[in-house]
Amino acid sequence: MVELDTTIKNRAGIHARPSAMIAQTAVKFTSRIFLEKAGNRINAKSIMGIITLAASYGSKLKIIAEGVDEQAAAETIKALFDSGFNEELG
Amino acid sequence: MIGNEPKAFSVLDLVDLDLKEQNALSLKCIAGRAGLGRPITVPDLNRPGLALAGFYESFAWNRLQVFGRGECAYLVKLDAEGSRQSVETLFSYQIPCCIFTNSLLPSESFLAAAEAAGCAILTTSLNSSEFSGRVIRVLSDIFAPKTTVHGVLVEVFGIGILLVGDSGVGKSETALELIERGHRLVADDVVEIRCVNGSILMGQGANKVIGHHMEIRGLGIINITHLFGVGAIRDKKQIQLVCQLEDWNPDKVYDRIGMDELTTNILDVKVPKLEIPVKPGRNIPIIVETAAMNERLKKMGYHSAKEFNQNIMRWLESENARALYFSRDDY
Repeated sequence: MVELDTTIKNRAGIHARPSAMIAQTAVKFTSRIFLEKAGNRINAKSIMGIITLAASYGSKLKIIAEGVDEQAAAETIKALFDSGFNEELG
Repeated sequence: MIGNEPKAFSVLDLVDLDLKEQNALSLKCIAGRAGLGRPITVPDLNRPGLALAGFYESFAWNRLQVFGRGECAYLVKLDAEGSRQSVETLFSYQIPCCIFTNSLLPSESFLAAAEAAGCAILTTSLNSSEFSGRVIRVLSDIFAPKTTVHGVLVEVFGIGILLVGDSGVGKSETALELIERGHRLVADDVVEIRCVNGSILMGQGANKVIGHHMEIRGLGIINITHLFGVGAIRDKKQIQLVCQLEDWNPDKVYDRIGMDELTTNILDVKVPKLEIPVKPGRNIPIIVETAAMNERLKKMGYHSAKEFNQNIMRWLESENARALYFSRDDY
C-alpha cells in the first residue's frame, strides 16, 4: 500500500471537470485507489465520490493506492493534483 | 455518406407529386403535353405581366410562369386586339411551363400557341398567392441540398435521433428496442437527409416502397408497420441529435460529465452528437432514451451537467470560505 499527501492547488477546487480527470486517470490502473479527506475515504475511480469530498482550494488529501501498480498509480494521481488540472492556480 | 446523383425534375414530376391536403397543388395539364418533359431548373416563380406587355429585358424565362387574374385579363385584351406578337415571343423561350391559377382558362389561340411551341399549360384551382406559397415550399424542398446516410432515424420523446455506427454494432437492434418501448421508426439503413431553410435537417426513408422495414440479423426483413402498428412509424422527422454507437475502446476517453458538447456536420448544419460506447451489458436503448430527454431539457434551457457543476463550484466556494473563517486547514 502506498500513501501520498497532496494539497489542492487550483483555485476552483475539485469540481466536475477535475474529478472526471482524476477518475479517468485512476481507471487506467488496476490498483484500488482511494482519496481521503478529513477521515472520509472514497474510491478515486468514481466521479461522484470525488465530488462528494468537497475538496476546496488548499484542502489536504491523502492518496492511497493498493495493488500491483500502486506506486505508479499514486504518483500519477499526485502529479495530476500538483499540475492544478490545467486550471488557474491559487 | 453516399453522394446523390442529380436527376432533372420535370414538369411532369411536379404535376405527379403526391402531396397532402394543405400542401396539394391540384395541378392539371390542359394543353401542350409534349412539354411535360421539360425540366424545372430553379425553385422560383415569375409573373409574366411585364413580358406580355412586351418588356422582355431580364425576363426570368427559366422559372415557372404563373398567370393570375391580371395576366389573364391582359391576355383577353391582347386577344381582342388581335395582337399575337408578345405571346409568340413568350413561347419562343424554353419556359418550363405556364400555370393558370383560380381555374382560369386561357383562350383557344393561347392554347394553340402553347401546343405549337410544345410548352405545357397547367391549371390549378388555388388562387395565385396560395399557389405561390405552396409551390415555393414544395420546390425549395425538392431543390434542397441532400445526402444519404447509413444509419437509423428514430423519434424518441419527440426528438429526432439519428443512430450511426459501423455495421453490426447494433443500430437496428437498438431501434427495435426503442420501437418496442413506444417510440417511432422513421427510416432504417438508408436515411435521406435534406437541408431545409439552410438550418433544418429533415430525414426520411430513401424509398417509400421499402420504408419502415428493418433487417434484423437472425430474423430477416420485418415490417414495422404491420408488427407494431401505425403508431410506431413516422414518415419524416427533423434530425436533432446524432448518436454514434461504437465498440467499447478501452483506450478512448468517453465523456463522463457531459459538459463538452460534440457536434457533427451534416450538409453544413451542426448537430449535437453523442459517442456511445457499446459493450455487453450496456442497455443502449435506455441510454438513447435518456439522451433524448436530456436534449429536451437542454432545449428548455436546463443543462444538467452545467447546472450540476455550477452548484458544486458554489458549494466548494462556501466550504472554502468556511474553512478560512475557522482558519482550520484540516477542514
